[in-house]
Amino acid sequence: MKISCEEASNICNKSQYNEASFWEIQKLKLHILLCKTCAKFSKKNTAFTSLCDKADLNVLSENDKEEMRKKLEEHL
Amino acid sequence: MAAHELKPDTWIDLYADYLFNYAVARVSDAEIAKDLVQETFFAGLNSAKNYKGDAAERTWLIAILKRKVIDHYRKINSKKGKAEVRINYNANTDSEGDWLEEQVADPFSKEGDTSMENEELGMAIQECISKLPKKQSLVFNMKTIQGMSTEDICNELGINPSNLWVMIHRARTALMGCLNQNWF
Repeated sequence: MKISCEEASNICNKSQYNEASFWEIQKLKLHILLCKTCAKFSKKNTAFTSLCDKADLNVLSENDKEEMRKKLEEHL
Repeated sequence: MAAHELKPDTWIDLYADYLFNYAVARVSDAEIAKDLVQETFFAGLNSAKNYKGDAAERTWLIAILKRKVIDHYRKINSKKGKAEVRINYNANTDSEGDWLEEQVADPFSKEGDTSMENEELGMAIQECISKLPKKQSLVFNMKTIQGMSTEDICNELGINPSNLWVMIHRARTALMGCLNQNWF
């Protein structure tokens, strides 16, 4: 059941994208009980995820950017 | 190289997403926003010789985009645009008769505040993302903002999953540090 801090942060990152398995999450929870640093990181990481959700970010896809680049070059 | 020289070939990598976010928040339509950003880049090129270097490149481009957004609203508010009837009664509610009252803004609503605050937050995050190394910001954008699956990203970029998680970890840590002062 014991995992390293490195592994804990990895699971924590995965769980931000709902990609951590049930057992991984149990392991992470146990680790957080024992390790203050990871508890802090985990809390902050989750807060960051909710900030990203709240900000409703938009990006252009790589295809769109490529298209823009072409048009811009034609314009030069 | 002169201090105030524009580098248009770097614009798309550096500012496209930032400008796009700004535009989407104002016209709430991705297609229109995309066109506005493209027009901004063209206008920037055309008037590059007027760039005096007083402001950073990005600020200068945002100023152009701002005018483009205003022009956009002017266009749709021309005589033809105004002729369209804009008031529509919400037919989904089963309340009867009070429709004028229902159109009045709710004085206790905090929505205006939050949406403004969220927009500021979005710009702050975007600014931090633009400071990341190219590969990290690419992976972070694909994963977090476009919500692509790990498998798809790995296939597209030709990396393995553990590689991807390392990059995500570095990006997230850097972004948290960058946002730290104002937003946590």
